Amino acid sequence: MDTDLNSQDRKDLDKFIKFFALKTVQVIVQARLGEKICTRSSSSPTGSDWFNLAIKDIPEVTHEAKKALAGQLPAVGRSMCVEISLKTSEGDSMELEIWCLEMNEKCDKEIKVSYTVYNRLSLLLKSLLAITRVTPAYRLSRKQGHEYVILYRIYFGEVQLSGLGEGFQTVRVGTVGTPLGTITLSCAYRINLAFISTRQFERTPPIMGIIIDHFVDRPYPSSSPMHPCNYRTSGEENGAAYPSVEDSQEVCTTSFSTSPPSQLIVPGKEGGVPPVPSQPAHGTQADHERMVMCTPLDGALYSAATPSSSEDTETVSNSSEGKSGSPHNLLETIFVRKVGAFVNKPINQVTMASLDIPFAMFAPKNVELEDNDPMVNPPDSPDVESPLQGSLHSEGSSGSSTGNTHDDFVMVDFKPAFSKDDILPMDLGTFYREFQNPPQLSSLSIDIGAQSMAEDLDSLPEKLAVHEKNVKEFDAFVETLQ
Amino acid sequence: MNCRAEVLEISVEGRQVEEAMLAVLHTILLHRSTGKFHYKKEGTYSIGTVGTQDVDCDFIDFTYARVSSEELDRALRKAVGEFKDALRYSGSDGIGQISLEFYQKKKSRWPFSDECIPWEVWTIKVNVVNLANEQERQICREKVGEKLCEKIINIVEVMNRHEYLPKMPTQSEVDNVFDTGLKDVQPYLYKISYQITDSLGSSVTTTMRRLIKDTLAL
Repeated sequence: MDTDLNSQDRKDLDKFIKFFALKTVQVIVQARLGEKICTRSSSSPTGSDWFNLAIKDIPEVTHEAKKALAGQLPAVGRSMCVEISLKTSEGDSMELEIWCLEMNEKCDKEIKVSYTVYNRLSLLLKSLLAITRVTPAYRLSRKQGHEYVILYRIYFGEVQLSGLGEGFQTVRVGTVGTPLGTITLSCAYRINLAFISTRQFERTPPIMGIIIDHFVDRPYPSSSPMHPCNYRTSGEENGAAYPSVEDSQEVCTTSFSTSPPSQLIVPGKEGGVPPVPSQPAHGTQADHERMVMCTPLDGALYSAATPSSSEDTETVSNSSEGKSGSPHNLLETIFVRKVGAFVNKPINQVTMASLDIPFAMFAPKNVELEDNDPMVNPPDSPDVESPLQGSLHSEGSSGSSTGNTHDDFVMVDFKPAFSKDDILPMDLGTFYREFQNPPQLSSLSIDIGAQSMAEDLDSLPEKLAVHEKNVKEFDAFVETLQ
Repeated sequence: MNCRAEVLEISVEGRQVEEAMLAVLHTILLHRSTGKFHYKKEGTYSIGTVGTQDVDCDFIDFTYARVSSEELDRALRKAVGEFKDALRYSGSDGIGQISLEFYQKKKSRWPFSDECIPWEVWTIKVNVVNLANEQERQICREKVGEKLCEKIINIVEVMNRHEYLPKMPTQSEVDNVFDTGLKDVQPYLYKISYQITDSLGSSVTTTMRRLIKDTLAL
């Protein structure tokens, strides 16, 4: 097979396939960032725009892709796969799509590598740009944020489709024949997403106890860590340009020939691997602030938390396991104190005198330390819910936030709305159950209705006579309305 | 050489016509545009870079990627705007079609004008529906979004068949194959025309009028 391809063509083809794979990953991950992508056209060619398309390179994504490829190229039986999955704030995850770049044995010996293959790969990337906006996961990724985030994982080898559930669909993005085989790009995606997209991910567990059977444990441990699909570097809020690619990529072929012989290929130099930025750990609001503070020390920092609102929802922990960053870990231990929701003042200004905790009036007066206040420093148990929530779920509970009898934990005697503790000392749950089925209105009950009907009919002539007397008043009234 | 013809059909609400047409036309032109050619000596040329940008539709649950070229976007919006107005004011029952034709110019000797030979024609048939209430409109937003997803997949499938494309031209021939008038990108030569089917079933063709005008203009 190689004898038909001269060494220059072989080298070119390998280079094209390698950079095609890297650009494919960039397009897919960028399409799942949750925001609109915009790149500029340029009439003057630059050396770094592979396939004549302006596709930015997120260094971390390139690094992950190169790591997965490990110097190999997609070949028969060795596919490059990008897995896109969704992870909720409760920690459940679900695979949404698998994008596969495969190579099969069907060769096209006649095709010109430097020209036709290159242009067709460019066309295939354009198709990928179009198709990534069209699969169901796109709309989900645009809405990611508090309730869930989109993660990606790159792996090389055999395609694993079992995580997509039953009845997944496949869309073929396109194929390009080369002298070494046919490159195929396709996407297998989960289709039963309609339930997910219309259902608002509520922070409270569903009251009716709906079992969500989509969120299953992964059948096999991931061979590579998942990464979040939303990247923010400091000072990049407006989506400014990513770091330039010159230092990390070879210069691509930019000249073509209208006649076969002459070709100008600038030999490129491959720059070093870009430094691996550390991954953040948790995403509560305080942590987000903390990460912003850490940025100057840490260099390029990729935050996984989207700017959260002031509510104390738990956002997802998106870190890849123990990446670089022992300096980052050190910084984490320094700022360990979490700031609770609704606290407007900086940490060091909150004193006992200015009790700014919510529901302070309900808190017993023996709360001395802020650390003990459950509103500021909630316990770590996963059962933390609002007091309102707790009483909805438990039978005859006393309205405390949890059943936790930890010593430092103060029982807050929560008084729900509508409850009058002088007449009817009851909790919200009891109140709700009691007033859920109010008695029938007496005027609507049938026996009385039948009687009153007969009475009404009898009294009708009298009423009519009275109304006829007052006709003039009625007319005057009607005129005022007009 | 036979001209490749592809037909797409879609039913939309009146206010969705513009966005649906733009989504389809932009997707086709994304595949049929290259960067600007810069010819050098010895018969070589280099190609500029095509940028892309995402466009969210206001009346359809849909986002599409288009070429980053304001000139191209303006040209398409103008054509689609005319089509939309024609649909609305023609008094028809809301059926029309818009065609995007890619062609090559073949120079003819004087006194004949250049021939335009189409090599690919995309026809989008539109059926405008009227909806009674907001709930139906909301459902329509989603349904049309899904339909457009299918159309994009169809377009991509055709594009990747790698069927006939005009040969890359020499510098002297480039204007016969590409539209070199735009400053940032270079689509293949194309023209857009539309037809509205009025309620009597006969078609009022604007292309005919244009063809006659062009021939007389010489």
